[in-house]
Amino acid sequence: MSNLSHQLPAPFEHAPLALVPRAIPWGAAALLIVAFAGVPWLAGDYWLNAILIPFLVLSLAGLGLNLLTGYAGQTSVGSAGFMAVGAFATYAFLLRVPVLPLPVALLAGGAVAAAVGFVFGIPSNRIKGFYLMATTLAAQFFLEWVFTKFPWFYNHASSGTIAAPRLALFGHDISGPVGRYLLTLSVVTLLTWVARNLVGSRLGRNWMAIRDMDTAAAVIGIDVDHHKRLAFAVSSFYLGIAGALWAFAYLGTASASSFDINRSFQILFIIIIGGMGSVAGNFIGAAFISLLPIFLSQAGQALLGGNVDPGQIQNLQKIIFGALIITFLVKEPEGLVRLLAGLRERLAVWPLRF
Amino acid sequence: MTTFLRRVAVAAALAAAFCGHADAAPSEQFFPLATYRVGAYASSGIPVWAGMIDYLRYINEVEGGINGVKLVWQECETEWTAEKGIECYERFKKGLNGAPVAIYHPNGAPAAYALSDKAAADRIPLITLGYGRTEATDGAVFPHNFPVMLTFYSEASAVINYIAQREGGFAKLKGKKIATVYHDSAYGRETQGPLKLLAEKYGFENIQIPVADPGNEQSSQWRQVRQAKPDWVFLRTWGVSTPVAIKTAARFGFPADHIIGDIWASSNEDVLPAGDAGKGYLALTPYPGGADFDIHKRIKTHILDKGRSDLKDPKSFGSVYYNSGLVNAAIAVEAIRAGQKKFGNRPLTGDEGRWGLEHLNLDDARLKEIGFLGLMQRLQLSCSDHEGGGSVRVQQWDGKSWKLITDWVSSDRKTLRPLIDAKSAAYAREKGLVPRNCARES
Repeated sequence: MSNLSHQLPAPFEHAPLALVPRAIPWGAAALLIVAFAGVPWLAGDYWLNAILIPFLVLSLAGLGLNLLTGYAGQTSVGSAGFMAVGAFATYAFLLRVPVLPLPVALLAGGAVAAAVGFVFGIPSNRIKGFYLMATTLAAQFFLEWVFTKFPWFYNHASSGTIAAPRLALFGHDISGPVGRYLLTLSVVTLLTWVARNLVGSRLGRNWMAIRDMDTAAAVIGIDVDHHKRLAFAVSSFYLGIAGALWAFAYLGTASASSFDINRSFQILFIIIIGGMGSVAGNFIGAAFISLLPIFLSQAGQALLGGNVDPGQIQNLQKIIFGALIITFLVKEPEGLVRLLAGLRERLAVWPLRF
Repeated sequence: MTTFLRRVAVAAALAAAFCGHADAAPSEQFFPLATYRVGAYASSGIPVWAGMIDYLRYINEVEGGINGVKLVWQECETEWTAEKGIECYERFKKGLNGAPVAIYHPNGAPAAYALSDKAAADRIPLITLGYGRTEATDGAVFPHNFPVMLTFYSEASAVINYIAQREGGFAKLKGKKIATVYHDSAYGRETQGPLKLLAEKYGFENIQIPVADPGNEQSSQWRQVRQAKPDWVFLRTWGVSTPVAIKTAARFGFPADHIIGDIWASSNEDVLPAGDAGKGYLALTPYPGGADFDIHKRIKTHILDKGRSDLKDPKSFGSVYYNSGLVNAAIAVEAIRAGQKKFGNRPLTGDEGRWGLEHLNLDDARLKEIGFLGLMQRLQLSCSDHEGGGSVRVQQWDGKSWKLITDWVSSDRKTLRPLIDAKSAAYAREKGLVPRNCARES
């Protein structure tokens, strides 16, 4: 009996009921404990306001775009436009429906962004690749124009900017740096968990099937058009919430120009550098894009400040930053997350090599 | 091994750079400089920082600091964006090596809006000269925002007052047509409210013509101008749209000497690309161009001629942007001086800097003393009035440089104040703020 088992697959009734026992993610748990309990005590205003909050929000935005581009294979350069929808919609809910608690307003803002994303995703039924990118570019410019042109969106403020009316949760004021950090961290953690499960679910596997070959996906019975539009909606939901956090938890204010085409490119770079089709890659990419320039600026100031013309230092930083991007992408075109995974594999057998 | 050691050394140096600085006894006043030397607006920024740094250097090296308190400064690149502006502010707000921050210049509208709440929480006053929220004039609601000298409302009123001067009195404004060609953004639309009010008051026809961003093609707008046949055009464009407007106006036969550019359409960089079409173009500004003011003579002798200037291109000495740097720095220095009268001759904190700004009083005698007479208007700030001045000078481009053609033209701030109060009250309501009682402030 037993000598046959390695030649023939086990009959169905004998197959294990649980496939692989799930390992408890100790690393992620430790990271979360540090992020929730340690960081608010240790980090000062500078770390919270200038480094950690923008890093988390950009990671979330990268995650949103990665669901669309990395998992469902639909290109987009309209991410910032959908972020703007989320920000302005959340603002409208907070301002005009004062009874709504903050999390509900955030969710509602994300839902409005999802609806807008769904509409702008309709062209994906007919066009692909660069052509689809052009329609998302149109979405970007259209949305930016809408939020400049119609004063209703910014409550007729002459400055054209929106400011967070109130940041309170269950009666607690969370407008301080720690409050805003914890709000951002909670939202990002929750949505990252949802995204992880989403890409492992049937929906995520369908997206990946479409990404890899949409004709084949259609042949095996996946409703391709529906899934593409759904990818736009889910991605825009994430981006919308990221936009609201960007406006209210990070900047404290926003206007249409906070969500211009450069922001879209920034998010696109995050997923390209971090790694397409990966959840962790967004965090690595966001760290690279948002933290490295700050580090370079600090280092430039400390090493060269006072001796070299400040304009030259700024340009030098840009050059180093660009050179690093090219170097990393040449070394590992699949992104930093792949580079780190390779490093881990090598370290596992260090110092021996095969 | 040596490469390894070198790597460790570099890493340690970088880590030390990242972790911050040691504290020392505060004997100096920190003057943070949030600059933009790269990015889209670098060309206008660079002369501003030169003006600021040259003035700070002049104060340190010639006058021995502010009443003996030396100034230290450090730059941080914002690229005119909100997020880098926040990073710089957070980096600087605690001071430098113990030298405290008394006053902060956000230098850029996005950063100014983003920092408004943060600076209020940290009790650091922000100076926004020629930009920022108009309603921040009301210091009761905005204790830490100082849109000093000229808000867009005052600018609108000043331009009407200047036109009245040219036409021979306010009575002559009746039936005149004044067109505003504006950049279709929040900045461009800001003057619509005051111009509407003034048009009702004086009976001129108020024509508003928007130019969509970026404004590098304006034929349809100037065709509209030609059809409307306005007596004057108030040009409220920005960046590339200004030279394009001047050139297109010439093409459609509208005389340049009846176009009045606003504060952001009044620099050398705005007219130079327009070439001959810019000859005769008028512009209003709170910091006129020119290198013949008394302060320029002092800076030339003590800083420029000694090779201590931050200016790369000596031709920019006395340009509108260089002078704006001088004026910005001088307001902060004088505010610190005003604060020192109450708190003693020592470095001031943000709260004390705010007190200094609210008690700043620059009359003609003081302006003459510091060499800014003619370059800077009389300025008196208070708790309820964070703007103070509200006057402009009109300059005319002769093809090579700006010539000042008026003395200070004041604005009718009393008429516009109710509009500002309504806006600041609306802001206070939206944010749930309780305004200060300015009668009780000392």
